[in-house]
Amino acid sequence: MEDGDQVIKKFMYMNRKAPYGTIYAWESLEVVLIAAAFDQDISLVFADDGVYQLMKDQNTEEVGMKNFSKTYSALGDYDIKKIYIEQESLEERGLSLEDLQGLKYEDEDDDWAEKDSIILVSRAELAKVIDEQDVVFSF
Amino acid sequence: MKYGILVNEGPYTHQASDSALAFTKAALEKGHEIFRVFFYHDGVNNGTSLAIPPQDDRHIPNQWSELAKEYNIDLVLCVAAAQRRGLLDESEAKRNSKAASNMIEGFRISGLGQLIEAGIQGDRMVVFGD
Repeated sequence: MEDGDQVIKKFMYMNRKAPYGTIYAWESLEVVLIAAAFDQDISLVFADDGVYQLMKDQNTEEVGMKNFSKTYSALGDYDIKKIYIEQESLEERGLSLEDLQGLKYEDEDDDWAEKDSIILVSRAELAKVIDEQDVVFSF
Repeated sequence: MKYGILVNEGPYTHQASDSALAFTKAALEKGHEIFRVFFYHDGVNNGTSLAIPPQDDRHIPNQWSELAKEYNIDLVLCVAAAQRRGLLDESEAKRNSKAASNMIEGFRISGLGQLIEAGIQGDRMVVFGD
């Protein structure tokens, strides 16, 4: 946990709500973008209705809310490389990874090769990942 | 134990702020340290000076304010969430040319970095909300 004087903790941001209808998803993303500047070990989770946040081809024109879905594709540039998606949440909603936007990061330790940030996990596997965290924010 | 607290819901509509108040009070009475209470989403409404609940009900913003005074704890409203919802301290009101401020004594307004810092510095982060 200690890296010289700098404390590095495992921070998890858990997204469990649909992207529109409430402001939680958007304000959660605002926290994550600020948090990225703190050089901590960041993971994101999309579970329950939170999986809808990453749906492809979102169009918010009719609801009059800002479409912030393109911002997720910038997470890689913020050095956020671990994005867990809960498999059961997808299945329960008749979705698969094909329905979601792809998220990538460039691996500085591997000649900036583009790699997949999305990690599909079962509910049981996700429980273990949560257990390893120091700080869990749930939005 | 050193705690960071996050309150994500406004007063009265949701139990989260009552629970956070009770937890914070109990932790302080047991001699624990509250590093910071951070208010986000509608949680920023806990910091209003304009709430007038019925006299036979609890006054949640006043309870936070009194707790801050008694134990000298740091209560922080997220600036972005507060601006969205019309919660302003005097300098924010002036800076944005607004006619009035409405933040109760004992709170201050600052950025989201204060939440992350509470996560780093605290032994535990406790989140109150849905």
